[in-house]
Formats: sequence, C-alpha cells, structure tokens
Amino acid sequence: MLKIEGLKAEIEGKEILKGIDLEVPMGEVHAIMGPNGSGKSTLSYVLSGREGYEITGGSVTFDGVDLLAMEPEERASAGVFLAFQYPVELPGVGNANFLRTALNAQRRARGESELDAMQFLKMARARLKELQMSDEMLKRNVNVGFSGGEKKRNEVLQMALLAPKLAILDETDSGLDIDALKIVSDGVNALRGPGFSSLVITHYQRLLNHIVPDRVHVLMGGRIVRSGGKELALELEAEGYGTIAA
Amino acid sequence: MPAVAETIETVQSVTESGYKWGFETDIEMEFAPKGLNEDIVRFISAKKNEPAWLLEWRLKAFALWQKMEEPDWAAVSYPKIDYQDAYYYAAPKTKAGPKSLDEVDPELLKTYAKLGIPLKEQAILAGVEGAGETPAEAFPAGGRMPVAVDAVFDSVSVATTFKKTLEAQGIIFCSISEAVQTHPELVREYLGSVVPQADNYFAALNSAVFTDGSFVYIPKGVRCPMELSTYFRINAKSTGQFERTLIIADAGSQVSYLEGCTAPMRDENQLHAAVVELVAMDDATIKYSTVQNWYPGDENGVGGIYNFVTKRGACRGARSKISWTQVETGSAITWKYPSCILQGDDSVGEFYSVAITNNRQQADTGTKMFHIGRNTRSTIVSKGISAGRGQNTYRGLVKISPKATGARNFTQCDSLLIGDQCGAHTVPYIENRCLSAKVEHEATTSRIAEDQLFYCRQRGLNEEEAVGLIVNGFCREVLKELPMEFAVEAQKLLAISLEGSVG
Repeated sequence: MLKIEGLKAEIEGKEILKGIDLEVPMGEVHAIMGPNGSGKSTLSYVLSGREGYEITGGSVTFDGVDLLAMEPEERASAGVFLAFQYPVELPGVGNANFLRTALNAQRRARGESELDAMQFLKMARARLKELQMSDEMLKRNVNVGFSGGEKKRNEVLQMALLAPKLAILDETDSGLDIDALKIVSDGVNALRGPGFSSLVITHYQRLLNHIVPDRVHVLMGGRIVRSGGKELALELEAEGYGTIAA
Repeated sequence: MPAVAETIETVQSVTESGYKWGFETDIEMEFAPKGLNEDIVRFISAKKNEPAWLLEWRLKAFALWQKMEEPDWAAVSYPKIDYQDAYYYAAPKTKAGPKSLDEVDPELLKTYAKLGIPLKEQAILAGVEGAGETPAEAFPAGGRMPVAVDAVFDSVSVATTFKKTLEAQGIIFCSISEAVQTHPELVREYLGSVVPQADNYFAALNSAVFTDGSFVYIPKGVRCPMELSTYFRINAKSTGQFERTLIIADAGSQVSYLEGCTAPMRDENQLHAAVVELVAMDDATIKYSTVQNWYPGDENGVGGIYNFVTKRGACRGARSKISWTQVETGSAITWKYPSCILQGDDSVGEFYSVAITNNRQQADTGTKMFHIGRNTRSTIVSKGISAGRGQNTYRGLVKISPKATGARNFTQCDSLLIGDQCGAHTVPYIENRCLSAKVEHEATTSRIAEDQLFYCRQRGLNEEEAVGLIVNGFCREVLKELPMEFAVEAQKLLAISLEGSVG
C-alpha cells in the first residue's frame, strides 16, 4: 500500500506540493485529476525520486518502507513504475537490450535469478502478443523515431514486462488517438489484480472510461481538494475544475 | 586438439613457467644500459642477430631522429620526456618466457574480473598471477572463434599460437624478429614502405630501437581462417615499448587482426611508441581492430602510458580495402592517427573510433585519408567521450589529389560530454584538389541528459549502468564494426572506464 502523509515539496524554492494526504491500497486503481500546474507531474516525480525536488515535509511509505529514503532504482526494484508523460529517447540503445538490462537489474536487486537472452525474448514476445504489438518494437532503439502513440505503447510494454506493484501513469493519455488509448488502457487493465495498484494521473476524464478507477482525487494548488468514487470524474468533466475550487 | 584449447595451453605454458619464479626482484631480465645512442641501437640489432642492412636502416633512422624535433602541435600537454632516462631493451633472460607475469597488479585483475569473460588470452595471462584465482574452466573452450595470438612482453615476443594451422595455408604469422631471420626478403621489401623512417619523430625513434612486434603475410587469394591477435604488455619499469607490426595482404586475400594492450599501474609515465604498417594489394582486405587499455594513470593524473603511435595502411592495389576500428580507453596520453593511403583505383579506407578520456586523460586522435586513386572511398566515424577532467580531440585530414576523380568521403564526428570539467574538440582538415570529389562532414556535441539518466534509473538501472548503456548506445556504430569477441569486451571496458564519472 502507498501511504502519503502531509507531503510537501518544492522546486527551486517554489512550493508545489503543499501537504498531500493519500492512500492507495494494494489492488486498487486511483485517479488523480487536476488542471495544469496543480502539481500532478511533480507528485509523480517526487514519488519516483527524480532529482531537483526538495521534500520539505511529510512522509511516503510503500508497503511500510520509507520510499523517500530510496534511490530511484531502488524504488523501481521495490515495484514502483512511472509511465512517463514524455518518454525519453536513448539513441543506439536497442529496446530489447534496454528492457532486459532493466528487468535483470531489478531481479538482481530483489535477489532473483537473471534471465538469459532466450528466456527474456520468450517472455517479451508473450507480452507483445497480449498487448497486440509487433515484435518490431523490440528491435528499434528506445523511443527513437517513435510517434507519440508508439512511445506511450512502449511505456505500457515496459510496464507489462517489469510487472510493478505500483504503476504511476503520468498523463499517459496525452497525445493518444482512440485506438492507442484503447491499447494502453487494455495493457493497464490486464495487470489489474490483488498484487497491482495504480495512480492514474490525468487531465481528462476520457481515459477513465477505459481504466475505471476505484477512487478519484482532485489535485489543485498542491493539495487534494476532493476525493470520491468514479462518478467524481464525470462530475468534473461536466462542471469543470472551477466549481470544485469554489 | 581443438583450436581454442591450443591457444590456451600455449599461452599458459609460457606464462606459468614464469610464475614459479616469484617476485619482480627475482625476474632475470636482461636490460641494455639506460639511455639512447648509436651503441644501444647496435646492441639491439646484435641481440636480434640482425642482418647488416637492418642495422644500417636502424642507424639511419637514429641519425634522422636526432635531427628531428618532438612534435608539439597536438592538443596534449606533458612534461618533457627525457629519452636518456629509459631502457630501450628489456627481455627475459631465457627463452622460456616472461618471468614477470606474477606482478600483474590487483587493480588490473579486478578489471578483468569485471570484464567477465575478456579476451581469454588476456584473462589467462593475468590469471597466472592469482595462481588458481582464475581457474581455466572459467574460459570455456567450446563455441568461440579461434584466435591466433602473438604475445609481446616489454621488448620480446614470447609466444605465437596456431602457427601450424596457419602455415598449412601459407600464412606467415610470427614475431617480426623471427620474420627478419626466416623471411628477410619480405621484411626488407615492406619495412618502412608505408611509414618511412623520417615520417615523424616517434616513428623515427621506433625505427631505430624497435625490439619486436608481429609480422603477418597472407598469400594470394587466401582468406585467413581465424582472427590474428597480438597482445602487448609493458611490464618492466622505466621501459619504453617500441613494437613494430607489419601486415601484408597479397592480392585477393583477407585478414582480420586484433590488438589488445595492457600495462601495470606505475606512478611514473611509460613511453609506448609503436609503428604499424599495413599493405593491401589488389582486391585484398585488412581489418585491423584495437582495444587499447594501457594504464591511464590515477585520478590525479599520476602515471600512465604515453601512447605515441603511428599506424598507417597502404591500399596499393585496385579495389583493396583497409578498415581501422579502435576503442581507446586507456593511456594517460593518446597521440594516434591510423591512416589510409588510397592508391589503388576503387580502394576503400575506413576509420571507426571510440575514444574515452576520464580523470586527467588526454587524447588527440583521428585519421588521415589520402585519396590518390580514382573512385576511392573513405568513411570516418569518430565518437569521443569526455568525462572528469578528460580532454578529447578529434584531428583528421581528408586529402584528395587532382587525379582522384570520383573520390568520396564521409566523416562523422560526435562528442559526448559527461560533467562540466571535461573538453571535446574537433579539428577536421579537408584538402580537396579534385572537382568531381565529394566530401561530407557532420559533427555533433551532446551531453548525457538528466532525463535520460532518470529514465534508466526509474527502470531499475543504477547510475553507472545507466551511463554505460547510454555511452554504448552512443558508440553503437563503431562497436558493431568490432569482431564479436572484442565487441563484448569493449562494451564492458567502456562502462568501467567511466566509473565514478557521474554523481
């Protein structure tokens, strides 16, 4: 379970998160909605350990362990996965090599045996098939020359292979057409189960038609201003963030 | 006997015989007196039992060298070298092999351990010191391409493997000292024909005092059935290593040659001034790959090898091809420009280079492509990586003569910076005297971006693994030119060379 208590964070002296309280029990999918500049991406980076953010208060634990004390790669091995809003290009680095290196780094950190090239390929092909993606995906360089939709699909492929306990989806729906949106959503839904939780960060309600959340939280001005069931997303869509803030 | 097992056993036999002799102080080395003069040149020649013509050739080189000035145009700085304060000849006293392998330093062994399976020859050579720390079964004999090895320690070639297999096809692969005795006509015809004695200061020095190196001759129409490899190691203190390599590929032949280098850690600088000459006749192909891992000095710039090397290939015949691939990770200073003289019509020259400088390392490296024949083509791909306080310069010349109609060159120079105290410099010279020639040059400079590092770390890689992955990606175009076995070693070496360069 992810437990955030009174989390405050600033960037370059400017306070962005002003005391966030949030619990995501294992097995649940929670959506975080909010307008631009509300602190959505900051929250995802702080949870995954990106440099440049200063934590000025509060705590975050994951399965009872202090997440904020861990390096980004330790958080990854503990099961925290961030699907990036803008996936990064790695020229010359093959996708298969990248994925196997990442998977084996995590397995090593957890004391599990590493996969050889054949074992990995078998596993990767199985995931690709489930996600209705082509094997071609593995041969290309990481995100280089990918369309926006392909990059997001690649994030979902990585997520499927790394099988995290907590997936943070940072505006994964931005820039996706309806077909891509469906593939991405199906990928997330396929992972849903008692051992998987997710924080779906989005600006729009559209994604939540496909990934139906257990809870919806509204983030505004660095605070969670309202929480509710999946119907809260529809309410937001109909009335806008303005009424919530009022 | 399987080919690989033969290599392992041969190398083991020469090295293990050395191990039991114990410590460095017990090594029975034969040194010529310190310093350099005509008598030393005569001494070396006499030790090698050389014919009169070769002694004269050396003396002429020495006379030329004395009149030359040490070059200072490269973007490297180092204290003045006292050429009289070094040994120019150091050899194990008996023919049995080097007795100094016991002093492989622990840092080097650690490096080998990190490499996992490095070139098996290197691993075995290094493993000797540990006496069982590196069991032979760690290097499986099956499933790998055989490699014939000529091992050079300090001044002397100590072992050449696979001779018989190669001889069956008329291939000559031996030390150059041996070739002087057994094939004097070939050595006399080609020695200095690509790099003349007076070519440059360090080449002249090498011509005067070279003590050993490898010799290869591939007969007409023969495709060499295995990789040929030379393993160089500087071991004795205050010793310069001046090896001389000569490779001749006769018409229609093909050969792939690998060169690996190591040296122990020392707090004084050691000079390495080699000369490599390649000759490719009609339709011949020579592929020359180097993974240079000489000791780079410590993080404060103390010690390390000065690597002042002249490498040049002559594409004498039509449709001949010479391809240089180098991965330069070691040495305190690298001064090296593997070049191609494209004389034959339709001949091809290639240069693929990765040069890394970390800590206080300096590298000034690149290539020269001389287009003389018609429709000659050259490709230059240079990847420079600077970290720490490293300085990395690409210096290249593409020269197209008036007769080289239809000549083409493509040059790509990419620099990657890690940290904010290193430097990357690109100095491309282009001299085109032919209207129909086409010359292209592309250059980029980039940094490892914070978002790339974070992306990798978020997927579970630690910072060093992430840098290794990104750097290997950056070098992909060059690494793919390396023979498989070398490529694996090179990739790991890149990551090791950059350890501690971030964070």
